[in-house]
Amino acid sequence: MSEFFQQIINGLSLGSIYALIALGYTMVYGILKLINFAHGEVFMLGAYSGYFLASALGVERYSASGQSFPLGLALVVLLGAMALSALLGVTIEALAYRPVRSAPRLTPLITAIGASLFLQNAAVLLFTPNPRPYPPILREVRFTLGGVIVTNIKLAIFVVAIVLMIGLHQFVQRTWTGRAMRAVSMNMDAARLMGIDVNATIRATFAIGSALAAAGGILFGLDQITINPLMGVLTGLKAFVAAVLGGIGNIPGAVVGGLLIGLAEQLTAGYLSPDYRDAITFLILVVILVLKPEGLLGVVRQEKV
Amino acid sequence: MTLVGRRWFCIAGAALLASFSACKKPGGGAAPGGSGSVTTNESSGLIVGHYASLTGNTAHFGQDTDKAVRMAVDDANASGGVLGKPVKLTTLDDRGDTAEAASAVTRLIDVEHVNALIGEVASSLSLAGGRIAQRRGIPMISPSSTNPKVTQVGDYIFRVCFIDPFQGKVMATFARNTLKLDEVAILKDVKNDYSIGLADTFKASFTALGGKIALEQSYSAGDTDFSAQVTAIKATKAQALYVPGYYSEVGAIARTARRLGLKVPLLGGDGWDAPELFSIGGDALNGSYYSNHFAPDGASPKGKAFMAAFKQKYGTEPTGLGMLGYDAAALLFDAVKRAGKLDGAAIRDALAQTKGFEGVAGTITMDKDRNPEKAAAILKIVDGKAKYEATVGP
Repeated sequence: MSEFFQQIINGLSLGSIYALIALGYTMVYGILKLINFAHGEVFMLGAYSGYFLASALGVERYSASGQSFPLGLALVVLLGAMALSALLGVTIEALAYRPVRSAPRLTPLITAIGASLFLQNAAVLLFTPNPRPYPPILREVRFTLGGVIVTNIKLAIFVVAIVLMIGLHQFVQRTWTGRAMRAVSMNMDAARLMGIDVNATIRATFAIGSALAAAGGILFGLDQITINPLMGVLTGLKAFVAAVLGGIGNIPGAVVGGLLIGLAEQLTAGYLSPDYRDAITFLILVVILVLKPEGLLGVVRQEKV
Repeated sequence: MTLVGRRWFCIAGAALLASFSACKKPGGGAAPGGSGSVTTNESSGLIVGHYASLTGNTAHFGQDTDKAVRMAVDDANASGGVLGKPVKLTTLDDRGDTAEAASAVTRLIDVEHVNALIGEVASSLSLAGGRIAQRRGIPMISPSSTNPKVTQVGDYIFRVCFIDPFQGKVMATFARNTLKLDEVAILKDVKNDYSIGLADTFKASFTALGGKIALEQSYSAGDTDFSAQVTAIKATKAQALYVPGYYSEVGAIARTARRLGLKVPLLGGDGWDAPELFSIGGDALNGSYYSNHFAPDGASPKGKAFMAAFKQKYGTEPTGLGMLGYDAAALLFDAVKRAGKLDGAAIRDALAQTKGFEGVAGTITMDKDRNPEKAAAILKIVDGKAKYEATVGP
């Protein structure tokens, strides 16, 4: 029985990371009806930003002398990487998406794939393709609860993910920028006529989504031990499936989808065969698109002709 | 807009050029004459082609092997070359990818006009390159591919290391007879012929010796999450975990195992043999064992001399794979000298007749399947270092 609960805990922590990335997909889709394929690479570069920030702040010195990295500095790493990735997200939007925003919907999809491939290969060139061990930004502490092992890192993943998600929900519901986002998402032209700065709103969406992906990247590095320049490809795709599963464009849906995908993957790997770990995610995608294309929490929107 | 577009285009172009020159770079080194020039073989002396993963997930394997091959070439040239002419070496990067390995070998044969090939470490890449070498009648020596299929490709393909059935058997014998284990779990890489080969022979030998396989689990190269497998293994009575994979994943598996409270030792093969194993796995690997071609602290005088020279030249200790790279090149030069000419079939025949060739990583006698008969070493990891534990003979 403890094995089962262990798999559930592992699945929830993996799912929280998917959820953080899925939020970026779902926000951008909600506003631009664009699948931002470069989002997986923002996640990867977020993990690398955290890696280099932690090195710059001397994480090796602390771990070599057996001390744990101060929590304040860990927070600096997290927020710094989030800020850098927000900048990156806004840059991608300005270079790859804004110039083709009025073009047919296929065009920005193709520039998105181009941006994704460019960032992947640039990272291979800059960081070398070798996997790197992630620095111990948080020292690992283990607790045993009735035979189930929980580490503080898994707890941190869960807590950081939940806090960021609630924060995002409040932001979208309560603030003017959030309200502008919802307005742009409903009808971009009408929003512009009401005096909303559409470009600024889209920039804010990319910045927030990318910052969340960076947080996901750092948590992923801590949990999965190594990072590499191609880590964003499969993880990004799975997060995208999570967004579709929850109902793309729907923020709570992305969270539910992420957690469900994480659990499905972990339970498949644990009880069926690890060979089907990736297959199950895409099987879910096929099933949901056939049975309920609007997603679990999505609502059917009438397309205006 | 157009300005921005053009600037990006330039950057992309520069990156493309850089990647081309990066591919070519490792070639040039040892001998005079441009690497692209058309040469007739007899007048220019022995040309050796080496294809290796200089970048990619197994980059360390390729880089270490290439350094050692380069040393063997320098040593041969310092003592007058082979057949009175200096040896020329061209290395191409295959990025650890089977398609790249095939195209690298084709290029070495068609453009560089090599007389013989050295490569690869990974069995799947040696298979890809070996099929072409066999078809074109170019002798090839794999320094450290342990999958039996590699030399079964044909009579032009040789190797200087032992094969998987032997390595799996060695670890099974050691686990059952020396460590006295009753139940062992297996975690293998299903995308890797090498890993599957070791796991299969380990399983067969261990059960033949009266042991029991508690659970067989798998992962795919490139995976980063192993918690599901480790959790399932922890629920069994396994006293050890056999992980015949490559160092990047093994390091992460070891840390995941300790994190989830699985305290049993890990057992593995020569795919563990890289310093990165310790930078990723850290102290999670202490108390684990792996089989290897060679143990630094159990080396012959010739092996010790090579290790000292390697360290002086490159500043680091060679891995077992590096030692085999040196042996592959040295054996090739020896065979060419015995053949007396640069003809592919003559070199092949000389290689097949190798008897008692003393390499830096053991003595090589080729059997009829072009595999050498030699012993394996078992190493134990103590305080983040691999220490010689035992030798298991053929």
